[in-house]
Amino acid sequence: MTLRQTPLNAAHRAMGAKMVDFGGWDMPVNYGSQIDEHHQVRRDCGMFDVSHMRGVDMRGEGVRAFLRHLLANNVDKLTLPGKALYSCMLLPSGGVLDDLIAYFMNEQWFRIVVNAGTADKDIAWMREQAAKLAPQLEIISRDDLAMIAVQGPNARTKVWEALPGSKALTEQLVPFSAAVMGEMFIARTGYTGEDGFEVMIPAQAAPFLWDTLAQKGAKPIGLGARDTLRLEAGMNLYGQDMDETISPLEAGLAWTVDLKSERDFIGKAALLASPPARKLVGMVLLDRGVLRGHQKVNTAHGEGEITSGTFSPTLEKSIALARVPKNVQIGDTVQVAIRDKMLAAKVVKYPFARNGKAVVSL
Amino acid sequence: MSNPSNLKYTASHEWVKTEADGTITIGITQHAQELLGDMVFVESPAVGRKLKAGEECAVVESVKAAADVYAPVGGEVVAANGELDGAPEKINADPYGAWIFRLKPDNAADLNGLMDAAAYEAHAASEAH
Repeated sequence: MTLRQTPLNAAHRAMGAKMVDFGGWDMPVNYGSQIDEHHQVRRDCGMFDVSHMRGVDMRGEGVRAFLRHLLANNVDKLTLPGKALYSCMLLPSGGVLDDLIAYFMNEQWFRIVVNAGTADKDIAWMREQAAKLAPQLEIISRDDLAMIAVQGPNARTKVWEALPGSKALTEQLVPFSAAVMGEMFIARTGYTGEDGFEVMIPAQAAPFLWDTLAQKGAKPIGLGARDTLRLEAGMNLYGQDMDETISPLEAGLAWTVDLKSERDFIGKAALLASPPARKLVGMVLLDRGVLRGHQKVNTAHGEGEITSGTFSPTLEKSIALARVPKNVQIGDTVQVAIRDKMLAAKVVKYPFARNGKAVVSL
Repeated sequence: MSNPSNLKYTASHEWVKTEADGTITIGITQHAQELLGDMVFVESPAVGRKLKAGEECAVVESVKAAADVYAPVGGEVVAANGELDGAPEKINADPYGAWIFRLKPDNAADLNGLMDAAAYEAHAASEAH
């Protein structure tokens, strides 16, 4: 199978990237040391090609009412143009079809950003639901847009230097909101636990922005460091921490599910009918080794499983997210099966690190 | 970096150096460390452990993945490089200096079955597709 390429493919190769097959996309995993790239983002500024992710525009009368039904979080929280909401899109079973960000632009336009591997499935689902409930809506896949995430304490400054005119427009943006600048869309969002922007830009203009950002000192960061950064920041990864068989309430996402309002949404009845028996917790390995996805966890309340694990460059310890029986408490010591050994790990509250610093207490 | 011509190599990407006293020193190759990326953990075999040729006996873990290290020939473990416990990244910086363990081979002639540098380079290239 031919791998799909983003508009920045040649730029990655020119910068010495090691390219890998990432869900059918030819993507940079690192450009040298993954750990150095991780620290670069926590301490200064790095940029990521996330053009494999998909923008979806929903346009037309009644788009808010449709999203009120489609998403588990409540779009009525979005009142100011540009404001964004993180939400799951659920199946009627309550399983997670995808997690996404919905931006409210105006009452005729919401922009949604979904994961790469699930984009086609998501759009088919959205269209199927719209055909029943809101056939007037246009659901437009924005394959014509590239996306560059610029993250780190100095990220906003680098974007302002690279994009003349952007500072006045985005300096006042509160976190989790976006502004439109010509054909670009600049959002103060990210997947690292650092400040920064995610810039959506027409594909043909992306290499120029990438090169300009590089000239201003933004270093390219691969998907390897993207994963360690998001895990330290305690952010879920679709397909690992949750999927179609997992309830958001068992994936640490109860805060994104609105069960209080009268509003009905797809999956609500299933969530109400089956209260969670498990929960997602953070773990820090006390012994030497590395926690990885799918390792079994023995607790005083039964067995659990690691959903994402890695070595944390900020903590210099191995960390993980794990799904465990609901009675497991923060502070408990549990045992993790790693190869032929049982190693001790401590259950902690996550995130592990944000804004350049470790935030977990051991 | 080229693979030193005074070493022998395995298909599973270990390098093997014969010492003056007849023991052999084992590490992982430049090619292997490059594939794995930043090393964060090394588990060496216990001194005194008896190994069969091809037996899994050590683990190297990078941020990305865990990889087994295999005994290139049968023998007894006579030393492990404790320095790597606190500094696994030495394998990235100097793969042919950062040895993992040392064996006393059961039979020195077994070493003749290992690859030389040229054969190993051809092998590594064939795997790189």
